[in-house]
Amino acid sequence: MAKLPKGGLSRFVAWVNGEEVVDDLKHGHHKEKKTKAKYLPHLTMEQRLLGYRILGVLICSIFVLILLATVSKLPTFGSPNNPASNEVVERYIESGIEETGAINLVAGMILDYRAFDTFGESNVLFLAVISVVMLLKRDRNNFDEDDEKILNEDIDLDDEDDNIILKRFTMIIFPLITLYGVYVILNGHLSPGGGFSGGAIIGAGLILFDTAFGQSAVRKFFNFKRFTYISVGCLLTYCACKSYSFFTGANHLENIIPKGIPGNILSGGLILPLNICVGLIVACTMYGFYALFTRGEI
Amino acid sequence: MEHLMHNYYEAAAVILFGIGFMNLLLQSNLIKKFIGLNIMDTAVYLFLAAKGFIYGRVAPIVTSGEAVIERFVNPVPSGLVLTGIVVSVSVTAFSLALIIRLYKVYHTFDMDEIMKLAREEEKREY
Amino acid sequence: MEISEIIQILLLVFLIISALAVSFYKNLMQAILIFMGYSTIMSIIWLFLESPDLAITEAAVGAGVTSVLFFLTLKKTHMLEGTRDNG
Repeated sequence: MAKLPKGGLSRFVAWVNGEEVVDDLKHGHHKEKKTKAKYLPHLTMEQRLLGYRILGVLICSIFVLILLATVSKLPTFGSPNNPASNEVVERYIESGIEETGAINLVAGMILDYRAFDTFGESNVLFLAVISVVMLLKRDRNNFDEDDEKILNEDIDLDDEDDNIILKRFTMIIFPLITLYGVYVILNGHLSPGGGFSGGAIIGAGLILFDTAFGQSAVRKFFNFKRFTYISVGCLLTYCACKSYSFFTGANHLENIIPKGIPGNILSGGLILPLNICVGLIVACTMYGFYALFTRGEI
Repeated sequence: MEHLMHNYYEAAAVILFGIGFMNLLLQSNLIKKFIGLNIMDTAVYLFLAAKGFIYGRVAPIVTSGEAVIERFVNPVPSGLVLTGIVVSVSVTAFSLALIIRLYKVYHTFDMDEIMKLAREEEKREY
Repeated sequence: MEISEIIQILLLVFLIISALAVSFYKNLMQAILIFMGYSTIMSIIWLFLESPDLAITEAAVGAGVTSVLFFLTLKKTHMLEGTRDNG
């Protein structure tokens, strides 16, 4: 908080940067004392806090009442003449199977007609994982004595503990969970599911494995390098598959992969590879969150 | 009023939004603020998905017969909500990481106390 | 009113009561458990609205990963009772 001269431009620059401009130290303190309680000076701090909360609840209730009044003017719930079902929905449903090749119309919509939305969402996931790595990863700058001691004690205690029930149960259940997750990803265009849910299921399976066997067991097949390669590789593959539209215009080229017969697994053009990419990104991200929160490293 | 009773999904979604918003604004505990943010998110998704429902029709998966528009529910809001759910979990994870770092410095979850301690720190280094 | 409508209204009322209860509990662990229940009931409501994709995703992500992350935050900040960290 440097002291700045009184000129108008430097005051404006200071305000933009979020710094306070104080002309004179004594003068600043004096001013602070004078403007302590301008409104209703006879109330104490507790009364002010209570008044603030009551006023907050009141204003939020008025806000909710206004929204409820709006809801009473909305179109009827569940009527087929809703303004939300317009010609876009007609096009998606009636030409959906021929143009995308997917039976699950929602999956065909989010991975073919609106592929950019899904790309943006994968980017948001990747960004979140990077930010959490920056905040929580243990390294030279982020070092705390007590936390290191507690973490090492935790690791020793977990190694001594003999969770027989958990270990046996996980040995049976973890392959089944992974198989189910792979099934949901691969059948994303034929039945409900898709990349997000399948990826979350595989991530949850990895979390279970970490809880039962310790992180050193997971690190044998999934360390930080592989996590980086898988995430970045899948994101770049998605980008390469769908961003040629920037150069060729909105009427995109024919798909490289043929559409096939709707109803088979190998159908739907690019939907199957994109589902696999999204599923892998989501699985890595979910496990990455868990590993960073417990141990501070993946 | 009659119409409100018929649109009960949207009314419930709006009430949940109000409850979540009040939590986000008025709770002093940081974790409860983010539980309120999550409640607001899911209330908006409920509202969106309720806009796509049509009585007497089924989910948009073509198993047999033709793909005529009179058989299926509106699939567009479903796609929007799918993206929204994943963004919501990303925001929650990031904000919880921030809360952990804040706790390590100030050793409290209370927002008022953190602001007080931060202001005292500023005054001291001034 | 058919049975299915009565069940839907009951589930919505349960949602609202859970959301109110989350704000009034002082113990953080109980609040997060109620939030987990809220997420599960939400996933069932998606099924009533004929969107199975959303139901699977909300069940896996909302009632799974988000609640686990909240519990891990409590553990990292030594607020869980009954464990080695706090009494």
